[in-house]
Amino acid sequence: MSAAKTVDQSALLPESLRDDFPILSRDILEGHPLVFLDNAASTQRPRQVIDAISNVYEHDYANVHRGIHTLSERSTELYELAREKVRAFVGAKHAREVIFTPGTTASINLVARSWGGANLQPGDEILTTVMEHHSNLVPWQQIAAETGAVLRHVPITEDGRLDMAAFDQLLSERTKLVAVCSISNTLGTINPIDEITSKAHAAGALVLVDAAQSVPHMPVDVLKSDVDFLAFSGHKMLGPSGVGILYGKESLLDAMPPFLGGGSMINEVRLDSFTPAELPAKFEAGTPPIAPAIGMSAAIDYLNHIGLEAIHRHEQVLTQLAYDALSQIEGLRILGPAPKHRAGLVSFAFERIHAHEFAQVLNDQFGVAVRAGHHCTQPLHALLGISASTRASFYFYNQPENVDCLLEGISAVQSMFAPQGRRRRRKHNS
Amino acid sequence: MPSEEELYQEHVLDHYEDPFHRGTLESATHAHEDKNPLCGDVVRIELKLNDEGKIENLYFTGDGCVISQASASMLLEELYGKTVDDLKDFSAADMLTLYGPRLTPNRQKCCLLSWKVLQSAVHSPLAEGGES
Repeated sequence: MSAAKTVDQSALLPESLRDDFPILSRDILEGHPLVFLDNAASTQRPRQVIDAISNVYEHDYANVHRGIHTLSERSTELYELAREKVRAFVGAKHAREVIFTPGTTASINLVARSWGGANLQPGDEILTTVMEHHSNLVPWQQIAAETGAVLRHVPITEDGRLDMAAFDQLLSERTKLVAVCSISNTLGTINPIDEITSKAHAAGALVLVDAAQSVPHMPVDVLKSDVDFLAFSGHKMLGPSGVGILYGKESLLDAMPPFLGGGSMINEVRLDSFTPAELPAKFEAGTPPIAPAIGMSAAIDYLNHIGLEAIHRHEQVLTQLAYDALSQIEGLRILGPAPKHRAGLVSFAFERIHAHEFAQVLNDQFGVAVRAGHHCTQPLHALLGISASTRASFYFYNQPENVDCLLEGISAVQSMFAPQGRRRRRKHNS
Repeated sequence: MPSEEELYQEHVLDHYEDPFHRGTLESATHAHEDKNPLCGDVVRIELKLNDEGKIENLYFTGDGCVISQASASMLLEELYGKTVDDLKDFSAADMLTLYGPRLTPNRQKCCLLSWKVLQSAVHSPLAEGGES
């Protein structure tokens, strides 16, 4: 069965884009070119990004915002240009609202510690959801324990979407912040962020969006969506690991105390006191991820060249294809909603066969890389009554043939682990 | 990298489909349960120790991948009727050897789960139940 043949080719991006990614043409096993379907964990990098990183080290590198010398000026210019690129990419008003962090997790922790520590009182509520990644749960658990604030969770519907009726019920004047993912990294669900921000603001609550799974895959506009805080990572959007973004509205960031203390984040330091720097330096203590930020800048150029709308459309085709084919497999349970409510990933579980077996055989026999486990969403898996699932997550360089490889692999796993009336050799008479 | 044929050798699949002493032990004196947080594999082992430190009987329950469950079956079969001292001498390397196929570091954790659980179980007496 070739699902690939039935696809609407006009919605697909050209396969030639794969040529930009050196790793995609490598064999993972002898004779098995890499089929990379673990993009929700981290994507691969095009030559343009790899070159941008080696270029900065070969020609322009020094520490930023420090030296008078030429290289420091060059790297500072490139670093600040990266900030401006990010600003435009998410539609923020000012570049100073864009903070470079080590990643999404660090961005969320910054808000939890700085904003949460300064603003949360006993009895205040933080409203998050049962589908969050651990990185949008644990920081809130930690700050709730410290401040006496209470954590509440929006449940999901039967088909894996946010239960917005329950959201309406849970949202109250006690709610100080809503922390929600724009796309679930396990269910693939696209959440109604605009509706959430408008309702939360009406109730007097702020909204933090974990956008790690949406910024790389579809257009994001923080002004239009009226998001207060937005967190995402470079490595999930063709950029290097070690760099992420916290976007925050200027008035909020201005009112927040600094998080990490050290160099760069200060205006003046005396032996027993300091005054903090202005935004964005106030939240960028220490030497920032200079080369990663510049690499991320090149990734944004690359993504803009293709277009986020086109990327989303391409992934919708792959998702529909995978969803339809997986739906036909007996004993396989797809986690999350129908394709029209989901982004470019499909997680599934089998009654009899553990996710590890899928990941192992798909890798060893078909060169297909998928994720197996709980994908850092243990509470969600517990709620779904499973301990692990297998996840295939797409990016624009995947093609329908990759989905065929996945399906072929799944069917091989099924027959390999089908009960065959095996008997182990007896050592004991018991 | 091991191929799937090596990884899932016949004797592994035999233990997976036809495990040694999968179930619970009513007369158990000791028990322990643990999970592999990376992947959610879980194994519980219940066993009966006599006064001389002999493992008179032992059973396991659990949920997880082929490697975690087949290795539990192999381990219990191996240690059935042995002593606590025998178990102490039975190292992680012995467990991997008993299992057979070469495993990557991540899959070794699956294989060693039941071994870790059993090492703890002999030191985890049940509050009530089996006579001491």
